[in-house]
Amino acid sequence: MRFFTTFTLAFHALRRNPTRSLLTTLGIVIGIAAVIAMTEIGKGSSNSIARSISQMGAGNLLVMPSHTNKGGISSGSGSAMTLTPDDYKAIVRECSSVGTAAPIVTARVQVVAGNKNWNPWNIHGSTPEYVKVQNFGMPTEGELFTDEDVQTSNTVCLIGNTVRRELFGEGVSPIGEEIRIGKVNFRVIGVLPSKGANMMGFDQDDVILAPWTTLRYRVTGNRTSTSSSSGNSDISTGDLYPSTGTAFYPERSETQVKDSLLAPRFTSIDQIMVQAVSPDLVNDALEEITQLLRERHKIRPGAENDFRVRNFSEMANTLQTTSTVMTNLLLCIAMISLVVGGVGIMNIMLVSVTERTREIGLRMAVGARSKDILRQFLVEATVLCLFGGIIGILLGRGGAYLVSKLMQWPTESSPGAIIAAVVTSAAVGIIFGFYPAWKASRLDPIEALRYE
Amino acid sequence: MLIQLKDIKKIYRIGGDLEVPVLKGISLQIEQGEYVALMGESGSGKSTLMNILGCLDRPSSGEYLFEGKDISRATNDERAMLRNKKIGFVFQNFNLLPRTSALENVIMPLTYTANGLSMKERLERGRAMLEKVGLKERMKHHPSQLSGGQQQRVAIARALINNPPVLFADEPTGNLDSQTSIEVMNMFTELNSREKITIILVTHSQETADCAKRVIRLADGMIKS
Repeated sequence: MRFFTTFTLAFHALRRNPTRSLLTTLGIVIGIAAVIAMTEIGKGSSNSIARSISQMGAGNLLVMPSHTNKGGISSGSGSAMTLTPDDYKAIVRECSSVGTAAPIVTARVQVVAGNKNWNPWNIHGSTPEYVKVQNFGMPTEGELFTDEDVQTSNTVCLIGNTVRRELFGEGVSPIGEEIRIGKVNFRVIGVLPSKGANMMGFDQDDVILAPWTTLRYRVTGNRTSTSSSSGNSDISTGDLYPSTGTAFYPERSETQVKDSLLAPRFTSIDQIMVQAVSPDLVNDALEEITQLLRERHKIRPGAENDFRVRNFSEMANTLQTTSTVMTNLLLCIAMISLVVGGVGIMNIMLVSVTERTREIGLRMAVGARSKDILRQFLVEATVLCLFGGIIGILLGRGGAYLVSKLMQWPTESSPGAIIAAVVTSAAVGIIFGFYPAWKASRLDPIEALRYE
Repeated sequence: MLIQLKDIKKIYRIGGDLEVPVLKGISLQIEQGEYVALMGESGSGKSTLMNILGCLDRPSSGEYLFEGKDISRATNDERAMLRNKKIGFVFQNFNLLPRTSALENVIMPLTYTANGLSMKERLERGRAMLEKVGLKERMKHHPSQLSGGQQQRVAIARALINNPPVLFADEPTGNLDSQTSIEVMNMFTELNSREKITIILVTHSQETADCAKRVIRLADGMIKS
């Protein structure tokens, strides 16, 4: 008996009772549809999470100074002043895994424009690289400040949409307007594109961006290290990074030290935002930066770092894992419904074998061997399941399409899932169809022919 | 010699140790082209003998030579092939597949014939067979749309599809009225005389048995005459 014949035979047998065939296969249809829809929606959402994470900066690293610990009192993270603009330049210059980096100087002061005032969440001083590292994109209005502005400490700034709304209201172009940050007047030269809230719920548009030099030298002033404010006036760069390296200043005589009231200052920056060449290279970049900064800061082997590098990819991984776990969970439930569908198939096939006992007897009488009968019922169950599988695939894809259209959920087609669905439905047919088929093939033709 | 039975016995075992002998040593010879009627009371063992002759059942002991070959010890698959190629069955209740056209019913046994006929060739053969039994106009009809006599003729066409040398009929007129019974019996007679097909039929009715050229009477598992 050829295979094609078996298929037509199975098709004819199923067509003899279309309603029952359709209802029987419904379990498989629902199971496969659920599997397909789950994979497409799951894959879509996990990809969209991955995309937004990389937009939020999956390839980003944040270098911060470590905390200080003087006299048993620990200050908070970032309270030490150990990062210099030279560190930032060295990172860009020497770390091969680093794409771009931007120094960040922060301030939290009142901003005034005309009769309105506002206290932005972030007042960042940086370089033009900032928009690249933060994935801001180019300003929607006006333009970015230049490296020259940074060098000359120009009093120009860009504002985020929230700041613009609070200070100028809707529909008014802020370009060219003056705003006062702290005690210094800045000219607004651009508006940053809107980014909305970040993953933690902070409004990323509540921001003012200015050249870091301007902010550092004119607005915040050069903060001195906490150690000097605690009365220990005698501090030099040589003490900060004890070494025999080139000193910033000529060695002072003892008299000079005693005479001077203020500690010598060096310019510090608050953070360095680093973007790796690609998100995969984040860990390499982290390694290189740690190495470089330990060297630059003359930290002995075994000693603690005086800086910290924060990695966003951990957060990204967590989110990705969560979404994968959810998808797998839903997939498990869909698989259970497939098994239930399979049991339904077995049930109906058993009924069908009993009902068609006479037919089986007749087929045996005219020359069907046991294996012909086995194959016929097995193929019947498999055809039923494959048919259900195909309808299920269409239904699942349709469902995923509707979800993406009506609910705006991201979905992504998955050829792997479709192949898996076809294989699974065929397997369900063979597994659950085997027992009824085996039962049919064991019938005695004489008994079967006499069956009423 | 088409069929030769030598001391065929059939014993049914009921439960563990209760043995019921149904056939108690039957020896019988049937030549090619004979027209035989098997008669007997119910319980005489004629159905069992029929099943053994039709290769549906195996004797408990004895020898069964079909076309000179001993098939009493043949495997299930071998007997299935024999039934497919050499034996045609006609049943009392027709046993046609429901919701399946007459033509498809007729070509059904070809599904199990390993002769590599294409679907077109099978349909051709089925049509020719239906034409032969006078159902040219009813090929697409389902069994439920056919009369009893027509259904039995479809069954005969199905039995003959592989051109077997022998045709077994188990009470072929049992479910038919007298008029159609005569039609069916005429068909058997014609097949026997014109195509030299051996016909063995089991019947209760003397009228039916009268059509046959030879009558074998069974009583209590033995041949009476």
